[in-house]
Amino acid sequence: MLLMEQEELKLLEDKCTQENPPACTAGCPIHVDARKLMSDIQKKDLKSALATLQKKQPFPGIIGRICDHPCEDVCKRRDVGSPISIAALERFCVQNQSSNSPKAGMIPEKSQTVAVVGSGLRGLTVAYDLAKKGYKVTLFDKADRIGGSLWDFPKNQLSPEVIVEELSVLSRLKVQIELNREITRLDLADLQEKFAALYLGLAKQSADAVELLGNNYDLDPVTGATAIKGIFGGTLADNDSPIRSVADGRKAAISIDRYLQGVSLTASREGEGSYESKLFVNTQGIEPLPAVSMSNEQAGFTVEEAVQEASRCLNCQCLECIKACKYIESYGSYPKKYLRQIYNNNSIVMGMRHANKMINSCSLCGLCAEVCPQGLDLGEVCKASRVTMIGKGKMPPSAHDFALRDMAFSNSDKFALARHQPGCNSSSYVFFPGCQLSASSPEHVENVYKLLMEKLTGGVGLMLGCCGAPADWAGEQDLFRRNWEVLAAEWERLGKPQIITACSTCHSMFQTKFPNIVSLWELMADMELPGQEDMLSGGRVAVQDACTTRHEPSIHNAVRKILQKLKYDIEELPYSRERTKCCGYGGLMSFANRELAQKIVEDRISESDVDYVAYCAMCRDRFASKGKRTWHLLDLIFSDDLEQAAVKPSVGFSYRHENRAKLKRKLLHTLWQETPSDQEEAYMSINLQINDRVWGIMEDRHILIEDIQQVIGYAERTGRKFTNPDNGHSLAHYRPLRVTYWVEYEPQEQGFIVYNAYSHRMEIVEGAHE
Amino acid sequence: MSNTPKQTEKLPWKCGKCGGELERGLVKASYLGNDFEVQELKCLNCGLVLITEELALGKMFEVEQSLEDK
Repeated sequence: MLLMEQEELKLLEDKCTQENPPACTAGCPIHVDARKLMSDIQKKDLKSALATLQKKQPFPGIIGRICDHPCEDVCKRRDVGSPISIAALERFCVQNQSSNSPKAGMIPEKSQTVAVVGSGLRGLTVAYDLAKKGYKVTLFDKADRIGGSLWDFPKNQLSPEVIVEELSVLSRLKVQIELNREITRLDLADLQEKFAALYLGLAKQSADAVELLGNNYDLDPVTGATAIKGIFGGTLADNDSPIRSVADGRKAAISIDRYLQGVSLTASREGEGSYESKLFVNTQGIEPLPAVSMSNEQAGFTVEEAVQEASRCLNCQCLECIKACKYIESYGSYPKKYLRQIYNNNSIVMGMRHANKMINSCSLCGLCAEVCPQGLDLGEVCKASRVTMIGKGKMPPSAHDFALRDMAFSNSDKFALARHQPGCNSSSYVFFPGCQLSASSPEHVENVYKLLMEKLTGGVGLMLGCCGAPADWAGEQDLFRRNWEVLAAEWERLGKPQIITACSTCHSMFQTKFPNIVSLWELMADMELPGQEDMLSGGRVAVQDACTTRHEPSIHNAVRKILQKLKYDIEELPYSRERTKCCGYGGLMSFANRELAQKIVEDRISESDVDYVAYCAMCRDRFASKGKRTWHLLDLIFSDDLEQAAVKPSVGFSYRHENRAKLKRKLLHTLWQETPSDQEEAYMSINLQINDRVWGIMEDRHILIEDIQQVIGYAERTGRKFTNPDNGHSLAHYRPLRVTYWVEYEPQEQGFIVYNAYSHRMEIVEGAHE
Repeated sequence: MSNTPKQTEKLPWKCGKCGGELERGLVKASYLGNDFEVQELKCLNCGLVLITEELALGKMFEVEQSLEDK
């Protein structure tokens, strides 16, 4: 999916059920928003509660007392307790808040006239709905009062006063009421002439209906239209359900309105009446609560009882991904909305692209797809959008530049290497430790390589470099492909050995590219490990599964097997294995949205108090950077000082480069007995004094030691700098490629003290250089 | 973009090449194919332009970000 098309967007949007109504609303034939009603009652805002009822109910004072509440049959509280007493709560509302009916005169009047025959709930609803739309409605009833069977309800449930008061709204809506008027088949022609449309408020196939229409009572169940043009009727066969009668009337009112406006009677009517909502609601882990009982059944709920009962409402929503993902949560909405924003962002030709940062902030970890009942993967959409942005030249250069330069470093001569095992001229295996383990714990790369050479036969080659993940994550497909072609050529040169990965990201990047790869953890799980016999109980640890192993259960199992061999008790985090959480490095989130990536670390490390074990170098370093005691799995196997290893600070960006370069030089020297030809640039010998404060600034601003050395080297060579006579500081800048670095420094005998560093991407055109 | 948000505040920097005072002058800046002319502090003799930390991380960063999203 490169460019999301409208149809594709629609399909994706449909997967997100958050905007679907709660079960109660969908189950209500007229779609009363019971979820909102419960929230109103919880806040004791009865005015708002009544408005919520009035939005859908024609006569809330009546319906609120007699509704047969099909909503309660589908209420999700049923799974954890008993359904919310929605009907009793409606009654509470209408008993305690007088209705504030629509005022006449607010509605633009229409000239068309409608006759409604019969004033039961059907006819009353049609009269009310159409009068509210401005039609001139006349209501006929053969009795001497309107209301039909409403008068049959027990007085203590529905009193005559309430009926009169509630139905008085019809007069305010200027409905003409003609009582004692029995309409027979003989009157029909006359009514058809006088009125633009006719509604027969009778149950389908009732004696009255058959009497009136005879064989013409052939009714469209969707619209209520009879075979005679302009005459509509009830589609329900009985009067048993008050709320369904209201819905039946409403259906006809919609049809009559459409008929009078000359538009399609049948178009998009799927949503009318009761239906099953697609909204997913997870009731797992919710404490069951029984219904609140009334102290006085006759009087109904007291305020306290009503608030308590309404508070049992689950406020049904999906939000599964929002509960699991800080990124999705942080943009304040839900995927359906984000999909639209991303689509719009991709479609903009001129103007601001407001969703760029959102698209670049996703870790692409796939957790959303795992927890979404419909499997919607927002990360896939973000990734595809990044590819689109690159294709259009609209990717903000600052988002991924630093990470891509880091990748370029790892694949330069400074780090990249591909060799057979010393003394061998073929390889059955090749160890690919990856760039980040080499940067964080170069000693472990050495340890592991030695172990593999000792345990495996047939030659274990070594390949140093970057798998290309930063390019893939940044949407740079061409760069990723070129990178992979280089790696593939080296691998072929080594005789296509089986690749052993130590980094889960490399593993995931290679999975579809190279045949027969194996993770270091799978190999180690079946190996005798150094120091294994000496281990006493290691204590309790929680495992941080790397997000790129989400669908690699054999790696999850292998890691746990290794920990068991080392005699550790394993605690499973609430989100682990296929539901694990990213550390905020994945998808280059930490470069595009540093603040969010920090929050994600804080959230993850707060899941358990026990020490963590990670098998991704970035997870380990990022957790440690926030003070969480975290080991890399290799620490537990090779480290002499576990205390120190648990708290070892994260290796800063500058030293990540240096560690990789040193590792290559060391291995070349110790294993292959080669003296690497150091082609250091002159500036690299510049000695810097940098205190912790300045280190922090450099890390925050992604400024490396070599950037600072270049600035000072250039300034001291050319004299192009500013000076402060008061303190002897110099301030200079240099732009190696796309970023201008500024450094405030002071020359010392043995080098330079660095006081500050900052950068900008905008280019300033200066006068004569050098 | 102005290099001297507080017009009265005098920056301590002098041109390291000629020792001259810095003065506000027209400077050409460009980003992602967008060219501007802005008033910034510079050495009128040597052409060196001073971009302070406040400017680089403040206004200039904002302009960069909004041009990146255009």
